[in-house]
Amino acid sequence: MSQARPKTQSRRALLASGTGAALAIALRPVRAAAATRTESTTDAIRRFAGEAPIAPGRVTLDLPPLVENGNAVTITVSVESPMNEADHVRRIALFNEKNPQPNVITVHLGPRAGRAAITTRIRLADTQRITAIAETSDGRYWSASADAIVTLAACLEG
Amino acid sequence: MARTLISVPKTAKAGDIVTIKVLISHPMETGFRPGHDGRILPRDIITEFTCRFDGEEVFRAELFPATSANPYLTFTTRATKSGTLSFTWRGDNGFDQTETAAIQVT
Repeated sequence: MSQARPKTQSRRALLASGTGAALAIALRPVRAAAATRTESTTDAIRRFAGEAPIAPGRVTLDLPPLVENGNAVTITVSVESPMNEADHVRRIALFNEKNPQPNVITVHLGPRAGRAAITTRIRLADTQRITAIAETSDGRYWSASADAIVTLAACLEG
Repeated sequence: MARTLISVPKTAKAGDIVTIKVLISHPMETGFRPGHDGRILPRDIITEFTCRFDGEEVFRAELFPATSANPYLTFTTRATKSGTLSFTWRGDNGFDQTETAAIQVT
């Protein structure tokens, strides 16, 4: 602070900037969450499965129930399937509830895969429910859900 | 060229199911995160991963910003004959990288 400036003015300026900064901090997470959710989970699932009914079962979703770091959560999805020409899994998709975007990953498989199981690492921005949906070769859809409590969210805030 | 880690068994018996693990170093910038200047950093992610065996697609994944940095995937394929597995990653800003691994089937 320079000596030349009147004391009151710099105090005013300081207070004004302080209020501004506090407001910015208070508003930022709300704005980020509201502005960045691109599509609802239901819409994303419908885009994947169309109007087909989705039945629970056959899919196993394995992820830690308590996540310390949301930036890299190891998740395994497996589907009960003989994986032969007549009966195999065509696609598996993962959806989240509270990340900015509902899609996580979509994989395309075939009878050649031998097993319908994948492992990957995903980001979770909040405590939420993860849903896995598998499409089998007969055109049916199967699903499973799991909840994860996230203590350190994947950084939306930089 | 981004660094990759690929784990494929060198040999397998015909008919065996082999597990393949792949990792590529990539920031997977989500496009939702503000940088130091408060502006949103542009999205820079890998959007597609494909595994082919002698040119035929055996596994494909569409990736979204919810995939962690340095995307990692484990999947399986059935060993039928000796050949070459190729792994291709494609993404934003023209990202395109292909690595190969040979498998000996007895």
